[in-house]
Amino acid sequence: MDATTGPAIAAVELQSARRAMAPPSRFGDKAFEWLTLLMALGLVVLVILLGWELWRGSSLAVRKFGFHFLTTSTWDPVGEQFGALPFIYGTLVSSLVALLIAVPLSIATAAYLTELAPLWIRQPLVSLIEMLAAIPSVILGLWGIFVMIPWLRDYPFPLLKRLFGWTPFFTGPIYGPSMLAGGIIIAIMILPIITSISREILRSVPNLQREAAYALGATRWEATRIAVLSYAKNGLFGAVILGLGRALGETMAVTMVIGNTPQIAASLFKPGYTLASVIANEFTEATTDMYLQALFEIGLVLFGITILSNLLAQLLLHTMSTTFTTRAVQ
Amino acid sequence: MHSKRADNHTWRTIKSGLASTVAFISALLVIAPLGLVFFHLLVNGASSVNWDFFTKLPTPVGTPGGGMVNAIVGSLELLAFASIIGIPIGVLGGVYLGEYGSARVNSVLRFIADVLNGVPSITWGVVVYGLVVLRFKGFSAYAGGLALGLIMIPLITRTTEEVVLLVPNGYREAALALGVSRWKTIVHIVIKTASRGIITGILLALARVGGETAPLLFTAFGNRFWNHSLSQPIAALPLQIFTYAISPYDDWHRQAWAGALVLVTGIFCVNVLVRILTRGRTASIV
Repeated sequence: MDATTGPAIAAVELQSARRAMAPPSRFGDKAFEWLTLLMALGLVVLVILLGWELWRGSSLAVRKFGFHFLTTSTWDPVGEQFGALPFIYGTLVSSLVALLIAVPLSIATAAYLTELAPLWIRQPLVSLIEMLAAIPSVILGLWGIFVMIPWLRDYPFPLLKRLFGWTPFFTGPIYGPSMLAGGIIIAIMILPIITSISREILRSVPNLQREAAYALGATRWEATRIAVLSYAKNGLFGAVILGLGRALGETMAVTMVIGNTPQIAASLFKPGYTLASVIANEFTEATTDMYLQALFEIGLVLFGITILSNLLAQLLLHTMSTTFTTRAVQ
Repeated sequence: MHSKRADNHTWRTIKSGLASTVAFISALLVIAPLGLVFFHLLVNGASSVNWDFFTKLPTPVGTPGGGMVNAIVGSLELLAFASIIGIPIGVLGGVYLGEYGSARVNSVLRFIADVLNGVPSITWGVVVYGLVVLRFKGFSAYAGGLALGLIMIPLITRTTEEVVLLVPNGYREAALALGVSRWKTIVHIVIKTASRGIITGILLALARVGGETAPLLFTAFGNRFWNHSLSQPIAALPLQIFTYAISPYDDWHRQAWAGALVLVTGIFCVNVLVRILTRGRTASIV
C-alpha cells in the first residue's frame, strides 16, 4: 500500500506542477496534429479517388461488355466493340520478357555490390545505377526508336532468328518495333529498381550468416550463394514482384518501341500493344462516350493488376524485414 | 588423397572467381544503357542546343530552326503548380507519420504510400482527366499540374517521414523541457533540423515528375505556342520530346534530341545537388 501511494502522490504533484507550467491553451498542439493527420489521410483519399474515378469513368463499359472485355480481342471503336485481350497479352508478355532479362542481371549486380566487389568500386556503381533510374521514360524511348531498334534489327535479331528460328518465338519477318524491343526497353527501365531493392535486402542479411559460412571454409561465392542469396530468397522475390509492378505500368518508352498493333502472336519479332500504350495513344482520339469508357476500363484493369502486384511485393518485403529484426534480436 | 583435396580447393577458388566475373559483367551490362543513352544524347543533341533553342518558339513543319522556350517555361510552370499541391500535403503528411500516429495506423499509411508510388503514372493522367478535364471541358495547365502534384504527394510523404525519424529524440526532449509546445517543437526544431533531408526529398520528387510524360498527355496536352492562361493547354518539355520523336520529320527529331539533352541535364543537375546536400546531412545528423 505504502509503496504505491508514494509514487501516486508524486505523480499527482507532478501533474499539477505541469498544469501550472503548461501554456493555458493546447489549441495550437491539437490544431497542428489534426492538420498533419488530415494531410496524411490524403494518402487514403488518393487511393479512393483513383479507384472511384476509374470505376465511375468505366461503369457503362463494364456493364455493357462485362467479363467479355477481358477475354475477347476485337478492338473496333467504330463498331463500338471493345475487347482488351491483346493489350493484356501484350502487357504480360512484354513484362515477362523484361523480367527474364532484368532479374538475373539485377540480382547478380546486387550480389556484386554487396558481397563480391572491391569496396572502392561499390559507391560509384550505386551512384551510376541511381542515375540510370533518373532517366525519364520518354528519353529512353527516344533512344530506343533511333538507336536501339536499328541496332537490334541489324545484329541481334537476325542472330536470334538463325539460332532459335526453329522455336515459334523467333519466327517471321523482322520489322524492328516489336514485343522483344518493348521487353528490352522495359528491362532497362526496371533494372535500377530491382537492383537497388535487392541490394538493400542483401545488405540486411546479418553478418553472422556470412561469418558462419567463411568459418566453414566457404569461398566468397559459396558464402554468397549459400549464406546470403538463399537466406534472402523471399525478399529478393519481393524485389522482383515490385519490378514486375513497374514493368506492367511502364508507358512512354514501351509505346515508342513496341509497334502498337493489337494482336496476339507467339513470335516476339511481331509488334504488340500494351494496356498503358493504348491509353497513351488513343485517349485523346476517343470521340464517342463508349470508346472513352472502354479506355477508362483499360485504366481500371491496369490499376488493378499493378495494385495487386504492388500489394504482393510490399507484403513480401515487409515480412522479410520483420523476420530480419526478430532474427537479429535472437 | 591430399592432392585431390587441393584440386577440389583450386576448383572452388576458380569457381568463386568465375562467379565474381559474371557478377561484374552483369553490373557493367546494367550501367551500359546509361553510358549509351548519354553518348547518343550528346552526339545527336548537342549540335541543336543553341541560343535559339532557349529563346524561340517551335517553327512550323519544314521551317528549320526554332526552339522550345515555351516547353521549358511550361514545364517550370507545371512544376510550380505541382509543388503548391504536392509539397504542403506531402511534408505535413510525412511529419504526421514521423511524429504522431500509432504504430499500426502509421504502418498502414506507409503501406498505402508505397503502393501509391507504384501506381503507373498514366493512371494519374486518366484520373485527372476524369476529375478536371471532363468536368471543365478542356485540357489545362491546372489539370497537368494537379496530375504531377498528386504523384509527388506519396513520394514526399515517405522521404519526409524518413528524415523526421532521423532527428534525435534528445532535440525534442530539450525543447519540450524548456516549455516549448509540441507543435512549435516540431516546426522549429524537428522540421528545421530535418530541413535539408526534406528539401532533398522534394528535389528528388521534382526531378522525377519533371520527366513525366504519360500523366500530361491528356491533361496539359501540349501547346505549340505560349500559354496565356492556366486554364488553357500548356507545353511541357517531355511532351514536346514525345511529339517530336514520333513525328516523321528530321528537323523535329533533331529538336527532340536537343530537348532530351536539356531535360536530362536538368534532372542530373538536381541529382548532383541532392548528392551534395545529403553529403552534408550525414555529417550534421546522427
